[in-house]
Amino acid sequence: MSSKRPQPYFSRSQVTLVRGLWMMVTAILAFMTLFPLLWMVSIAFKPAAESFSSNLIPQSPTFDNFIYVLTAVPFIRYMANSFLVSATVTIVALFFHTMAGYALARLRFPGREVLFLSIFSTFLVSLPVIIVPLFVIVKAMGMLNSYAGLIIPAIFNAFGIFLLRQYYLSLPKEIEEAARIDGAGYWRIYWSVILPLSRPIMSALAILFFLANWNSFLWPLTITSDPNLWVVQLGIANFKSQYSASWNYMMAASTIVAIPTLILFVIFQRQIMDSLKTSGLK
Amino acid sequence: MASVEIRNVVKRYGALEVVHGVSAEIADGEFVALVGPSGCGKSTLLRMIAGLEEISDGAVVIGGDIVNEVAPKDRNISMVFQNYALYPHMTVAENMAFALRLARLPKDEQKKKVGEAATMLGLEGLLDRYPGQLSGGQRQRVAMGRAIVRRPEVFLFDEPLSNLDAKLRVQMRAEIKGLHQRLRTTSIYVTHDQIEAMTMADRIVVMRDGNVEQIGTPLELFDNPRNLFVASFIGSPSMNFIKGEVVNGTFRAPGGVIIPAVNLAHGGPAVAGIRPNKLQIGATGPSAEVLIVEPTGDETHLLVELGGTQLAMLLRDRISLAPGDRIDLAFASADVHFFDGQSTLRLGRGDAL
Repeated sequence: MSSKRPQPYFSRSQVTLVRGLWMMVTAILAFMTLFPLLWMVSIAFKPAAESFSSNLIPQSPTFDNFIYVLTAVPFIRYMANSFLVSATVTIVALFFHTMAGYALARLRFPGREVLFLSIFSTFLVSLPVIIVPLFVIVKAMGMLNSYAGLIIPAIFNAFGIFLLRQYYLSLPKEIEEAARIDGAGYWRIYWSVILPLSRPIMSALAILFFLANWNSFLWPLTITSDPNLWVVQLGIANFKSQYSASWNYMMAASTIVAIPTLILFVIFQRQIMDSLKTSGLK
Repeated sequence: MASVEIRNVVKRYGALEVVHGVSAEIADGEFVALVGPSGCGKSTLLRMIAGLEEISDGAVVIGGDIVNEVAPKDRNISMVFQNYALYPHMTVAENMAFALRLARLPKDEQKKKVGEAATMLGLEGLLDRYPGQLSGGQRQRVAMGRAIVRRPEVFLFDEPLSNLDAKLRVQMRAEIKGLHQRLRTTSIYVTHDQIEAMTMADRIVVMRDGNVEQIGTPLELFDNPRNLFVASFIGSPSMNFIKGEVVNGTFRAPGGVIIPAVNLAHGGPAVAGIRPNKLQIGATGPSAEVLIVEPTGDETHLLVELGGTQLAMLLRDRISLAPGDRIDLAFASADVHFFDGQSTLRLGRGDAL
């Protein structure tokens, strides 16, 4: 018989080692994520001549890039366009998605599952696949070069409907039944009970929708040729011409564009994390 | 106030029938408990009365009108759910006023009615809280307050106490009963707990597998159970059953059990039922082996074995016995219920000596 008690678990030093390894892995991942961001900010403060140098700290930091971006091009206009489009899409999409999600979760009607599956299956199709037919449709509806063309096609999106439907399925049915007994109809239940209850998931979705539209590039590029309707991502891309690219301006513009998303993220990071957790794991 | 009549109500989900033609009459102001094991259809029946489930066949009559096609809100009922079903985003006052708000009652009247209900339930201090900030018992009370403010003609309770701990359950049981005595509103109360049904209800409807087994007052069910199921379901600890045979007016079972039952016309397989508190330790009689001794302070619970059957005993005094001891069982044959071995229907009692 051995005098030492058998150790069923890791010893303390092993635990420390494993924890240290994990920390290293996360540190590497964090560095890989953050480094491009840091480099973007760094180049934004460098003059054009220095923009390809490998030093992270600019030797002669300058605000010229920002000034150029904000004055020489109608970048404020692009930001306003982006904001208008993103905000409208977010609000309208949430309104329709909550209704669709609720209907798919709770109302009983023939073909409900088929309908849900067909909405869900649009997940499998990415924008580039349908961009030509979508363009043809939008053109036929006379929405080329218009805010409507930027906004309306972006509203329909299976992700929000899917997420909201799953969330509504998890709500206890009795709350709605209590509301029915209290005298509420479908609309009233939706408006006074379901919508307030979905506030957390709606705020998470709002952020996701806003960011997706703030960052969208391909569709606005396809649908707008009028510079007055350009969104920020088109504005940024425009600093890149066929033979040369003004990286210092692009990075300055990207930095400006990243600021609203960063602010949103800092304010709502808890909701974003919660929504990712609930949508991914449960 | 209104009476409720259930006429041959059937519930089918597709081809599956879960409630098979149930009938019951509930008088104005009565407190009736629907009781039965889980899956017996009692909640489904209640939900059909509420209008939350469609009625496949038969009719539900509230206050003289058939309400099969009437929306829940127009049936003049209110319901308390097992999980309370409070609106989490509304304060206690808003929860209670929701139905009044939907009925477009003036604000001051809403406030008055909510105030009255809150006083009745001791919720005055909690009106501005959210359900998440309340304990289980308080939430239950809010759910009741929400039911009361509308002054419905019928209260429906769907296992309202089963999420509470044992102590709170006893307390709320008394409160609900007190409330009913004050308001005298017709109440239908679903529970799987026969003690709740026995202590609260004027009458009990015992259900099993979508059928009504017996309807009666608590003591009727206790004293004259219609069949083996009701006998085993009502009463705690539940009745002991000894399988045997009736031959020429005498019941015989393994282990030397002989009970005179001259008044029984029955012959053949039968089951003798005796409640645990009617079994005593005697000087002579069938000899049983003690298996388990459970002193509770006031009483002693025994589990004994007699001729291959385990019997529970409830003795009023403290007894020093150990597992393995042998005791002689004594009981009055008039306390024995006999049931038909095949149909499980009750035959009668043993002879009074």
